[in-house]
Amino acid sequence: MAIVFQKPKALTDAPLHYCPGCTHGIIHRLVAEAIDELGIEGKTVGVAPVGCAVMAYDYFACDMVEAAHGRAPAVATGLKRALPENIVFTYQGDGDLASIGMAETVHAATRGENITIIFVNNAIYGMTGGQMAPTSLPGQVTQTSPYGRDTATAGFPIRVSEMLATLDGPQYIERVAVNNVKNVNKAKKAIKKAFQNQVEGKGFSLIEVVSSCPTNWGMTPSKALQWVEEKMIPYYPLGVYKDRSAEKEGK
Amino acid sequence: MGEKVLMKGNEAIAEAAIRAGCRHYFGYPITPQTELAAYMAKRMPKIGGVFLQAESEVAAINMVYGVAGTGKRVMTSSSSPGVSLKQEGISYIAGADLPALIINVQRGGPGLGGIQPSQSDYFQATKGGGHGDYRLIVLAPSSVQEMADLTAKAFDLSEKYLVPAMLLADGTMGQMMEPVDLSGISEPEKAEKPWAVTGTQCKRKHNIINSLYLVPEQLEQKNFERYERYKVIEENECLYESFMMDDADICVVAFGIAARVSKNAVVAARKEGIKVGLIRPITLWPFPKAPLAQAADKVKGFISVELSMGQMIEDVRLATECKKPVVLCNRTGGMIPTPEQVLESIRNMAKEGK
Ligand SMILES: Cc1ncc(C[n+]2csc(CCOP(=O)(O)OP(=O)(O)O)c2C)c(N)n1
Ligand code: SF4
Repeated sequence: MAIVFQKPKALTDAPLHYCPGCTHGIIHRLVAEAIDELGIEGKTVGVAPVGCAVMAYDYFACDMVEAAHGRAPAVATGLKRALPENIVFTYQGDGDLASIGMAETVHAATRGENITIIFVNNAIYGMTGGQMAPTSLPGQVTQTSPYGRDTATAGFPIRVSEMLATLDGPQYIERVAVNNVKNVNKAKKAIKKAFQNQVEGKGFSLIEVVSSCPTNWGMTPSKALQWVEEKMIPYYPLGVYKDRSAEKEGK
Repeated sequence: MGEKVLMKGNEAIAEAAIRAGCRHYFGYPITPQTELAAYMAKRMPKIGGVFLQAESEVAAINMVYGVAGTGKRVMTSSSSPGVSLKQEGISYIAGADLPALIINVQRGGPGLGGIQPSQSDYFQATKGGGHGDYRLIVLAPSSVQEMADLTAKAFDLSEKYLVPAMLLADGTMGQMMEPVDLSGISEPEKAEKPWAVTGTQCKRKHNIINSLYLVPEQLEQKNFERYERYKVIEENECLYESFMMDDADICVVAFGIAARVSKNAVVAARKEGIKVGLIRPITLWPFPKAPLAQAADKVKGFISVELSMGQMIEDVRLATECKKPVVLCNRTGGMIPTPEQVLESIRNMAKEGK
């Protein structure tokens, strides 16, 4: 009998704690599938963030390190410099990567660290109960922007992929989403490529995944996916923002 | 016996670390420890090591955390304001039970303070600094030779007990040039590190470097276990120098540069017929309580000489259970007490009760 669906080997048997309908689970699966397909589990070291994915160290079957809030790219830098033959990735939310850890993110990118970053943008702080994130949309109601994000006082959302693509350091930056099958398939390809780049020693790859937080957005899972399509993706257009290998091929 | 070479304290630390097998250094520029980073920047690329100028001290210490998780020798260095920024990472390293070496070449504070020597980070180094229940092994050199020797020792202790170590020096020690013999420092035998994250090779369950325990009973247990290890360290690893204490009526307590100044004052006071000695803690944590407790039964008082508003003095009082008076002889903000100032303090104590 052919097996058509099974858990990737790179995920442990630990039950995921994510809320029903949360897309963190899909993204975990895509990362694990990429690790399986490239056959790199045994030499991979992952870095978990502070955020809803804090327990990722229990879910990925490879060696794992739990970083302080926002410091995952620095921790990954240390790991990769000590273990240049290994594969090192971080998995981070938007508060982690684009607020408290922005300096670590930008500098790992500009150094072209040969690591892979999976950046989960759900426009909110999930773990702490739904506060405004650097990626929260203008007007978005959160616990700490109860009247909607007012850009006059709270500033504007940060488009991380666009910003990092202005640097010379990164190899590959793409924004994907996981709100429908088509986008999931594209996300899968991008994540795998981000790991493949590292295997080939090409340098810094970051995949921004537009994700959802039905719990703190106060929506049903299906309504949340609709919100991704209607609100998030227009502000955060999907696509490749930097790909040095394509630039070279194009020449 | 090896040959002596003339070196600055900061450089002696760097060379000693390299000889002790450290191949990973992360730092961010700050006075007065600059020569250390510069030395590493020059040497590491030549010996297949890593020198990385991080974007901040926060990033540097988190890079240290990453390397420490792989079981390799790693260090960072900074001075007071930068060490404040490292406290987050230090707490995580302590919480994950990893070895690492942090160098603090202290300068005056608080705030941006100044760039002249100080010992005012004593509390920060020995009482926590970062959040949570943890300790650092803290070593305080008082010569360039000790800058080198204690660097190697700090790596060894840190790995033996899986407790991060700090070398607490100051601006004078960093800048001072003295002859040093580095021939005794070498890389230890490679030890097994079954906890390290180096890839499972798909042959073992994954290792996790972590300090998060959401179940309070588990976190309490972890802290209990760590404090059992601390107890062993306190029993076995106290280091101090005792100078002219045999017949002493007065005990001067000082570490680092303050101990050098104090030694001169003790010698001068002896010439005046005052029976005074010096206890110089070399490990600030564990603090050498036993020799101080013993002295408390013999001497009439203690003088704590410090480049701060008086921080170690609290540990002297605790160690001696306030059996005898403890007075402070200090300068702060980048100033150093002179031997005359210490001598005056000794004379004053000698006069009392006569
Ligand atoms: C230094 C520090 N500050 C604040 C926190 C509290 N905290 C925990 S998770 C979190 C937000 C995480 O949000 P995000 O990165 O967007 O991830 P998500 O939970 O949405 O997946 C915060 C602020 C912390 N643990 N450490
Ligand atoms: S709080 Fe939001 S991001 Fe976190 S698990 Fe629940 S739905 Fe997902």
